[in-house]
Amino acid sequence: MIRPDAPVLLEIRNLHATVGDQPILKGVDLTLRAGEIHAVMGRNGSGKSTLSKLLAGHPAYTVTAGTVRYRGDDLLALAPEERARAGVFLGFQYPVEIPGVSNLEFLRVATNARRLAQGGEELDTFAFEDLVCERLKVVQMDPAFLERSVNEGFSGGEKKRNEILQMALLDPLVAILDETDSGLDIDALRIVSAGVNQLATPDNCILLITHYQRLLDEITPDFVHVMAAGRILRTAGKELALELERRGYDWVDEGLASSDHAEADATALEVA
Amino acid sequence: MVSLAMSPVTAPGSASTAWLESVLKAFEPSLPAPGASLGGLPRRRSAARDELRRTGLPPTRQEAWRFTSLAPLIAVPPQVLPVPELLGPKPDHPPASGALRLYWDGDRDPLAGMDLPEGLSRLETGLQDSLLGTVLEVAGTTGSWLVRFNTALAGQVLALRVRGNVAVPLELVSDCGQGSGVRPLRLLLVMEEDASLDLLEVHRAAGTSLTSVLVEAQLAPRARLRYGVLAQGTESSCLLAHLAVSQAPASELDLTTAAGGWGLVRLEPAIIQVQGSAATRLRGLQVSRDRQIADLHSLVRFEGPNGQLDQLQKAVVDDAGRSVFHGAVQVPQAAQRTSASQLSRNLLLSDRARVDAIPQLEIVADDVRCTHGATVTRLQQEELFYLRSRGLGADQAARLLLDGFCDEILASLPKSASRWEPANALLRQALPR
Repeated sequence: MIRPDAPVLLEIRNLHATVGDQPILKGVDLTLRAGEIHAVMGRNGSGKSTLSKLLAGHPAYTVTAGTVRYRGDDLLALAPEERARAGVFLGFQYPVEIPGVSNLEFLRVATNARRLAQGGEELDTFAFEDLVCERLKVVQMDPAFLERSVNEGFSGGEKKRNEILQMALLDPLVAILDETDSGLDIDALRIVSAGVNQLATPDNCILLITHYQRLLDEITPDFVHVMAAGRILRTAGKELALELERRGYDWVDEGLASSDHAEADATALEVA
Repeated sequence: MVSLAMSPVTAPGSASTAWLESVLKAFEPSLPAPGASLGGLPRRRSAARDELRRTGLPPTRQEAWRFTSLAPLIAVPPQVLPVPELLGPKPDHPPASGALRLYWDGDRDPLAGMDLPEGLSRLETGLQDSLLGTVLEVAGTTGSWLVRFNTALAGQVLALRVRGNVAVPLELVSDCGQGSGVRPLRLLLVMEEDASLDLLEVHRAAGTSLTSVLVEAQLAPRARLRYGVLAQGTESSCLLAHLAVSQAPASELDLTTAAGGWGLVRLEPAIIQVQGSAATRLRGLQVSRDRQIADLHSLVRFEGPNGQLDQLQKAVVDDAGRSVFHGAVQVPQAAQRTSASQLSRNLLLSDRARVDAIPQLEIVADDVRCTHGATVTRLQQEELFYLRSRGLGADQAARLLLDGFCDEILASLPKSASRWEPANALLRQALPR
């Protein structure tokens, strides 16, 4: 839902970042307003996942230039947990398995951390179970998964549902979903997508990172961005995704070659 | 980080000899009453005292003690640990409802005035005399220093017989409190055919003390023992425990040890499947920080075919703490079709922490399936980031991961252990409060 007067939730300006000595992001610009759904597409190594992890505060990445403002404040100054509590959520491409840590306990602790930051009260075990049982419906998840260790032995689809369950509990303002469609069969893709659609409101925004049109058949984006060599090269409406599906990424490379930094960027693309 | 370096010499020989002599003096057996017959215990005690005087403290040049400094031991005042006036349940750890708790101080009779549940009884003196020491002989561990030390000191044996299924979980609690000195405890447990028991041993100490434990458990055919040892100490306290179990065919032993916080803790489970065909499951967790030493030397021997072993030993080591695991598994020719697995998993939380993990599989039989492995890791950055990205602070995330690492072991303790909040007891500086 595009509303030009909606408040800006996330504003990325000229973002440059490295992992080790390797430059990955080379000037990303992106503005997300409340109510919007954005999709970022691009080849492997184009910097999509780096962008998503960096926004969540992953320690492996170093920002070398640029700014990220979340509701006007400097997001990069916050620790990962502070970003989460403030309402930034990253749905992981590969959710981590944590043996021995109960999923229910983990969800409760995380939910309470967010609630406290929102000025609410912590939920006790019983109140939380009521809440979680209600939110399970968003992703049609079996309550048995609450009793298991975090993601341990979950199938790919179950892990992704668990991610969206966390999104449902944490009620974020900016949700970044990193290849949420990978590893999902058609049914699971529909369930997860329906969950995301249910959670999209006029007050929050969603950034979908994906390779495939099929996710965008289920979740209709307001904007589609094409990323290559660490920058956003094109931005358009949902029709851009269809064009990518039809033409592949080669024409993006042509666009890249004609850009000012063609040589350096092409080298980086190969390396990345 | 398996190390082959020699430990520094633990203490000057003269100081350790003097300490040992003082301990033996403090535990001088009283003369038997006129006409009283000398049972098995006094005879063994006298022999063990002579033997200890001859051998002294175990030197670090002995393989079994190579990594384990005895310095914390000889800092313990060589005296009998005073028995506190009042022994009552700690208000923060009332016994689980339906559990039988016995307080064990090596002086008073833990069974005095207790109503024992059906199936559990005191072992008759005659049987006690004839059975005492037999499990150790079967295990071949009579010469272990821990066995000798306890035998030289202990003037009493808690001897129990188990018949049929004992529905009430049994708790044996030794709390040395702030007391200083040495406390020897000895248990003889005889489980008859088809007997079944849940037993939790709890050891706590907050003073400069040494708890010496010697357990002999004999499992008849089809007997089932679920046995937990939860041991929480402090920097100045020491725990030495030798746990010998003989298993007849079709018996099941599920032994879980969890120890943390001790200046020095050494546990020696010694399990013998006397004719094979039994099931042994061992779970162990040890936590050491500051300059603490946690040491587990286990021995499992199969003396017949078709035996099973499933062993998982974990350690969490922080600061300049040290953890030693030595796991011997002996599969002689007679033990065909043995299935044994041993895994040691270690979590290092600091650069100065040290882990020595030494599997020792001696396999002679040719038709067996035996596996072993050891891992040493740090907290995983991706796991930490995942938790932090959900709003958990760095410390809270690390703590949750630690809890998860330990839970796999602690969940195997008998149910009544939850009253003692084992994760809190072992992972926090819980004592002194």
